[in-house]
Amino acid sequence: MSEGEAHRGYHDMGGDQAGAIDQEGHAYLLWEKRIDAMMVLLSGPEKKLIRVDELRRAIESLGPDVYEDLSYYERWTAAITALMLEKGVVSQAELDAKVAAMKAARGDAA
Amino acid sequence: MSTDHHHHDHDHEHIDHPDTDAGPWSEHRYIEGALRELLIEKGVVTAEEMRAQVERMEGRNPGLGARVVARAWTDPDYKARLLEDANAAVDELGIEIQPTHLIALENTPEEHNVVVCTLCSCYPRNLLGLPPDWYKARAYRSRVVREPRAVLREFGTELPDSTRIRVHDSTADMRYVVLPRRPEDTEGMSEEELAALVGRDAMIGVSVVTKD
Repeated sequence: MSEGEAHRGYHDMGGDQAGAIDQEGHAYLLWEKRIDAMMVLLSGPEKKLIRVDELRRAIESLGPDVYEDLSYYERWTAAITALMLEKGVVSQAELDAKVAAMKAARGDAA
Repeated sequence: MSTDHHHHDHDHEHIDHPDTDAGPWSEHRYIEGALRELLIEKGVVTAEEMRAQVERMEGRNPGLGARVVARAWTDPDYKARLLEDANAAVDELGIEIQPTHLIALENTPEEHNVVVCTLCSCYPRNLLGLPPDWYKARAYRSRVVREPRAVLREFGTELPDSTRIRVHDSTADMRYVVLPRRPEDTEGMSEEELAALVGRDAMIGVSVVTKD
């Protein structure tokens, strides 16, 4: 990134140098379809709980390391969760308890 | 805490076993499940709304865009309407429209159009379904605006030097779909036969439509 571009966010990558395009795709998993569906519903005309711009702001606030580390729908999950916490729709304690219960149900050590 | 972002130990490359639902789950897969269950418990969304929305998205695929392209190839008046107001033209075919502004970009011998979303992943989902992984990934988003000809070559698309390449950067409010050139020697083909030739990549602009 040149000096004149120092204000660019990490998501703003147009024109950057990058390697070959990996054309290998993957079939979307159900949880990925569900987080996509959740965003469509929460931002839709009936609920109006999240604006698309808020999702972008939340994704662009994850920080460059997290942004690079997470897959596409993991970013959405992190961003939508952050927005639901921010708006007080769910609490961190409720989320933690749910995750712990789901891990226990799957026999996945926390 | 469960939304701690500093987990570098999970592996995005693991193979899932959708038939048995075995295998490890990433932290965020659990968080999605937890958030969804909480939203349902609190009555923010219903399980049926979630199921129906997943099903609606699964029903969208590039075949819808191909119908639009084939109609534009066979009906000059429709093509004019498509280029004038793409949302209205898509609606005309009974295809669900998005609340965003849709622009159809016509490829000609002089000009070839390519679509990207450098900032994220904006895409005409109602016409093409969910975008391919490469559309959302760093390499394509970074490079296609700098060296589109080289990027097209990676997709096996060689255009004459005389063809200008225009790259269109989508936004949250504006989506693009490419109207590819109709292949030669297809005069006798029906609209349905023509639609079968039109693939997703040609409507993104990284490939062209061929007869075979």
